[in-house]
Amino acid sequence: MNQKTIIPVGPFHPLQEEPEFFELEVEGEKVIDITVNIGYNHRSIEKIAESKTFDQMVFLVERICGICSTSHPIANCNAVEDLAGIEIPERAKYIRSIVGELERLHSHLLWAGLAGHFIGYNTLWMWVWKYREPILDLFEAVTGNRNHYAMMKPGGVRQDIEEGAIPALSKGLDEAEKKIEMVTKAALDDPVLAARLKGVGILSKEEAIDYCAVGPTARASGVDIDVRKDEPYAAYGLVDWKIITQEDGDVFAKVVVRLLECFESIKIIRQCLQKLKTTKGDIAVQVKEIPPGEGIGHHEAPRGETFHYIRSDGSNMPVRLKVRAPTYVNLPTCKVTVPGESVADATIILAAIDPCYCCTERLVKVIDRERGRKWKWEDLLRLSRKKTERIKKRMGISHE
Amino acid sequence: MGKFWALKKSIWVFHMCTGSCNNCDIEILDCLTPKFDLERFGILLVGSIRHADVILVTGAVTRKCLPRMKLTWEQMPQPKLVVGIGSCALSTGIFSPGYNIVGPVDKHIPVHAYVPGCPPKPEAIIDGVVKLVGSLG
Amino acid sequence: MSSPDPIAAIKAEFKDRIVSWEEKSPKRYYITMPREDITKVADFIFAKQGARFIIASGVDTPEAIEILYHFAFDKLNKILTVKVPVPKERCEIESIAPIIAGANWIEREIAELLGVNFLNHPNPKRLLLAEDWPEGKYPLRQEPRSNR
Repeated sequence: MNQKTIIPVGPFHPLQEEPEFFELEVEGEKVIDITVNIGYNHRSIEKIAESKTFDQMVFLVERICGICSTSHPIANCNAVEDLAGIEIPERAKYIRSIVGELERLHSHLLWAGLAGHFIGYNTLWMWVWKYREPILDLFEAVTGNRNHYAMMKPGGVRQDIEEGAIPALSKGLDEAEKKIEMVTKAALDDPVLAARLKGVGILSKEEAIDYCAVGPTARASGVDIDVRKDEPYAAYGLVDWKIITQEDGDVFAKVVVRLLECFESIKIIRQCLQKLKTTKGDIAVQVKEIPPGEGIGHHEAPRGETFHYIRSDGSNMPVRLKVRAPTYVNLPTCKVTVPGESVADATIILAAIDPCYCCTERLVKVIDRERGRKWKWEDLLRLSRKKTERIKKRMGISHE
Repeated sequence: MGKFWALKKSIWVFHMCTGSCNNCDIEILDCLTPKFDLERFGILLVGSIRHADVILVTGAVTRKCLPRMKLTWEQMPQPKLVVGIGSCALSTGIFSPGYNIVGPVDKHIPVHAYVPGCPPKPEAIIDGVVKLVGSLG
Repeated sequence: MSSPDPIAAIKAEFKDRIVSWEEKSPKRYYITMPREDITKVADFIFAKQGARFIIASGVDTPEAIEILYHFAFDKLNKILTVKVPVPKERCEIESIAPIIAGANWIEREIAELLGVNFLNHPNPKRLLLAEDWPEGKYPLRQEPRSNR
């Protein structure tokens, strides 16, 4: 009866070096150990960067991740500016923050939808993604593209936000806020979600510190780190907002942090749009030469701190670019959050750190080595969804 | 493409990422959500390759992914169609100088439709899929 | 536990071991340490001074392979980088993963991309590269650049 089974889950995951392949070791329903195997998406970006100029490098790092596609450029520009001692114009600061926060909005909504999908709440998925579309429309209005915005460059931003566009943007933001508020209220009051996510996959504060976790993963465990506050770059020191933290460290706390952060983002964008009306001037300074030396830049991406280290020898290309994406330190925390939980909960715990799971859905084989039975990722999802069904039934809820 | 007529009414797609930046992948998912709603063409995203008629491939094909990609393709039932989505899948795009890149996709498996863009907009993906359906005659 | 000025505390603790000390700006510090001291330094900065370990990175320079350990003092807005040169002839260094759990992956990554051997690493398996990647070929080692 008590046989151990190894369940492989994966591979594929979209950040720089982080497609992942999990091996869950289970005993009956309970997970006793987890091994993560990454590298399926290793595209050698750090090496390619050595053959790009500083201007081209921004386009390359933008393509590290399509969801954080302005976080890496901001961190990269911060690093180049730190290296060369460049101060960007105030107007550029506001535009950077606007794009950065719009990205946080779309990313958090995307995650909330996928989280719903994983626990068998497809209603939540469709609902949230429907309301994510207006944010992408705002992106299209500001940058000209839905993803891969190409807004950042060392020394400032590439495109201005015209004064005439601001009222329309504010209006779009107001409408999006109403929708997000409705979704947030619905999600946080939902008894099924609470039953399913509360007390699941707890990451304690000490463990978060020990594993050097960042972003919402750390903040949900009561570690109040946020690069935007700790090292106010762009316009984050010029506007009023607060860090959202929770103490419980479970999956529900991570949902709460992300959803509440959406409102802080809206607050920041609104203030930045106001300031743009009165702040005139250039949107970029001319960067002529990058001196030899080292620079470090970081940015609070939706998933946590994105870190870039650049070394230059005085030529127009970097000697070395080191990128640390937030999932790189958040993912190993599954070593403490998953063991002890049931297999049905493993999917949502792994998804809770927001490792862009939409790519993880295929090529999944679950093999029961002893009995030779093959499982698939969908079987795991089905287990996860069945659990939601059971909880709903117990509570006497029978919609869908 | 005579033998494909059976797929005309409802194509089931499977989505495979072989080392992309995830942007094409979220746009594919976006196609299925209310605003674009690919399901009105009978297109359904499935979780298992054994149920699929079409694979949507994204990404520049990394060395570690290559054997998995081929295996997935081999496991797919006949008749099979492949759609390459995004610049990386078509030409390896910006990642072509990388030491870990062995793509593009059509070097390793036959591709029947190409959707260019970085990333292609959902409209472009829908257009590509509809054109593919139209060609099945 | 941690002192109000951890940078000064580090300077005082290791004053006769520090090879060089650079204060690039009030936010960025770069210190060079000999390789024998890395576990002591990591333990002091991480456990005693409460810094957050951001990441390590490796740079292939003509003289040696430099391993850089980046630590953040978040609330003080300072980033401290500890540089440790590792000669290419005997390319090995003590692992800090037993002290800092978050350093486990990056040491495996540096080991396969730059060929640095981390001694006493708890799980020294390959992390990123494909199973059929040739042994002894390290993609992030520099080739002579004639075109620059």
